[in-house]
Amino acid sequence: MENITENKLNNQNENSTNEPILQLRNVSVSYAPGKKAVNNVSADIYPNTITAIMGPSGCGKSTLLRAINRMHDLYPKIETTGDIYLKGQNIMEMNPMEVRRLAGMVFQTPNPFPTMSIYDNVLAGYRLNCIKLTREEKDEIVQRSLMAVALWDEVKDVMNRRGSFLSGGQQQRLCIARTLALKPEVLLMDEPTSALDPVSTNKIEELLLDLKKNFTILIVTHNMSQAARISDNSMFMYLGDLVEYAPTRQMFTKPQHKKTEEYLTGIFG
Amino acid sequence: MKDKIFKGLLFAAALAILLLTAGVIYVLVKQSLNVFHEYGVFGFIFNAEWDPRPETEEYGAWSFIIGTLFTAFFALLLCIPFSLPVALFNGEYFKGYKISSFVSSVVDLLAGIPSIVYGLWGFYTLRPIVIQLGVNAQGFGIFLASIVLAVMIIPYASSLSAEFLSMIPDTVKEGAYSLGATRAETIRHVSLPMASSGIVAAYILALGRALGETMAVTMLIGNTTNVPTSLRDTGNTMASVIANQFGEADGLKLSALIGIGLLLFLITAVINLIAKFIMKKLSVR
Amino acid sequence: MSDRVKFSNVKKRAAKDKIVFGLVCLFSFLSMIPLFLIIWEVVSKGYKNFNWRLFTQVAPSSMDALIAKMSGEPIPGGILNGITGTILIVGMAVLFTIPLGLFVGIYLSEHPENKFARTVSYLTDLLQGMPSIVIGIIAYIWVVKPLRSYSALAGSVALTIMMLPMVVRSTEETLKMLPRTLKESGLALGASYTSVIFRVILPSGFGGIFTGILLAVSRVMGETAPLMLTALGATVVNWNILKPTSAIPLLIWDFYNDPNLVDIIWSASLLLLIVIFLLNWIAKIVARRWKI
Repeated sequence: MENITENKLNNQNENSTNEPILQLRNVSVSYAPGKKAVNNVSADIYPNTITAIMGPSGCGKSTLLRAINRMHDLYPKIETTGDIYLKGQNIMEMNPMEVRRLAGMVFQTPNPFPTMSIYDNVLAGYRLNCIKLTREEKDEIVQRSLMAVALWDEVKDVMNRRGSFLSGGQQQRLCIARTLALKPEVLLMDEPTSALDPVSTNKIEELLLDLKKNFTILIVTHNMSQAARISDNSMFMYLGDLVEYAPTRQMFTKPQHKKTEEYLTGIFG
Repeated sequence: MKDKIFKGLLFAAALAILLLTAGVIYVLVKQSLNVFHEYGVFGFIFNAEWDPRPETEEYGAWSFIIGTLFTAFFALLLCIPFSLPVALFNGEYFKGYKISSFVSSVVDLLAGIPSIVYGLWGFYTLRPIVIQLGVNAQGFGIFLASIVLAVMIIPYASSLSAEFLSMIPDTVKEGAYSLGATRAETIRHVSLPMASSGIVAAYILALGRALGETMAVTMLIGNTTNVPTSLRDTGNTMASVIANQFGEADGLKLSALIGIGLLLFLITAVINLIAKFIMKKLSVR
Repeated sequence: MSDRVKFSNVKKRAAKDKIVFGLVCLFSFLSMIPLFLIIWEVVSKGYKNFNWRLFTQVAPSSMDALIAKMSGEPIPGGILNGITGTILIVGMAVLFTIPLGLFVGIYLSEHPENKFARTVSYLTDLLQGMPSIVIGIIAYIWVVKPLRSYSALAGSVALTIMMLPMVVRSTEETLKMLPRTLKESGLALGASYTSVIFRVILPSGFGGIFTGILLAVSRVMGETAPLMLTALGATVVNWNILKPTSAIPLLIWDFYNDPNLVDIIWSASLLLLIVIFLLNWIAKIVARRWKI
């Protein structure tokens, strides 16, 4: 990992053939005709990496992230164009329901289902997708998913309590567990720590570094030090454009664009 | 000085509400004391005889209580398949769209139509249909009254339910969508469970409306004194028997009718308090 | 985590989702039909007799109507006694309700934490849920019995009890939505509490309060049951508040019970619906215009 040549993105899967897992091709999103929130973004994301998407608020970073699991399809006024390939398959041609399962999403504010128990929250994806499981399968999935987010020991005795009974940080980890339970290809995280205290934030960051072994993670953040701490590659977006996409260390030390530099040095943001 | 008088006036007005309510309960109890004295509270409630002839005079509220509960609950049952879709239409599928404000205004106008006009509609339009369906020979009865009641309470049940559905944050629903759920599955597993207590409260309030509804029911239920046992039967509700017989009543009969009024007041008061209690608890959370 | 979760039922579920959506739309549409059916019935049967006579003549007697019918003429008369009665009874009820309802509403919005105010608030809910026929009984005992006569006054008392909780609620809710700073800045300028309420608070909340009153009027306009027990009805135009008085809904009830008069029933209903929908419409405009 030492001598990275310029513009060669970090790829953790050194043994593999450097196949990107996710390819964005000319992705644009508009909220109203003629008003583009994301403008012609193309990028390759490599497996088992954490990619941070940064930029000032309103730059389109969340919008881009939500395009990847077809969240915009829920709102008829929003239009997405371009192609997104997940493991070579164009998700724009797939059923959105399938896409959303393959690209799990974690939101800005923890949103466990308030009427479900912790146990049921982890299994919510199965219940919502009408997949029947035996008791043993359920127990196994719940335990594995909660262990993966380091929540198992904290909640194993209160499984039947409501999800909303947990603290904010725990709720967010529960939401990650809920997503992991469906075994997605990529994890999309929309400022997952912005509503949390520093201690919880720290825990989630550690968790992400751990999850990288098994998943590919895209994280939207407006916290530059967070991006520096955990991400392998970084995107900088400004006014809907992808200005710069480079290995994180390189971007923070030698930004290629003036806008990136201004943002990273705090001139605007 | 002026402020003191004004504040005093405000307090007096609020006090007037207290006195008004106290007065309502007081006169209802006092004027019906006679009949409860004569038959005892349970003797009046559970007696199905209602015979105003002087020589065999006897009054019991049972057949009217059953008639009221029968029509109101059947109306509630009938209104659910219509009011729930309206609530989902306005509070979920088309929340914030122009079409939803159109649908909700139209449905709300149903609440503005006077009871007596509903009665005319039931009599002239629905009664012939009910006769054609072969429910009974005259068309009057529990069935006809319940259908009209169901239409009357749709706006009460749907507008409040829609309000509770629309309060569910998008972020929670997006959580369900992001796991691959369809809209219907999100509604079934997330939205409806979350809004359930509010929706229950809405239906309880609608039930309260149906219990106290007078004119339309009086015009359609057949006004007979018997305990209705099927939808084909005619009967009387507590409100309709008062409307029908209050005019010529005096003595023990008047007291019996006021006693029925007291019971009706208590039933609707309890129903409304339960609904309000559920909603208060919701708003605190 | 290489093994993927199997999802084979996507198409079936997507179809089910569409069916649910279709059913929701269908049943929402069906729920609107009764309104149009009712309006259609009232308009199509009522427009024939909806003429000047309706507003200028009192309701015909059963005998006159029968004679007219036998000779093949349209039945004579109108509903003047009902119109004047409704104006008298509802008008008086509005006069009783507005000051009392406003004051209670102001009191409740000014003392949200006070225990007494909370009790009054609960009782307002209780009154709001009270069946109209029970309100009729109350007004009968309070007014008709002591005065030994059915009267417009008794009818007004009944309608007042019906309107009061609605006006209190709408006033309270409107005033609670006003920013606190509005009152504080008024008081800071040295104005008295009374003048702040009358010159600042009430005018700012005018839209909501007025809408509430209009809706309350439209609600009691068509009330029949409580008036049967209180105003009773009259065959002539009566402006004496202590005498039995008719009202439009009472006339509809009379017409309904008299086969000879049925022809005029729909014009009376049409008038009632027009007034009620008009009030609702004005209320909507006022609410939009004077939005806080």
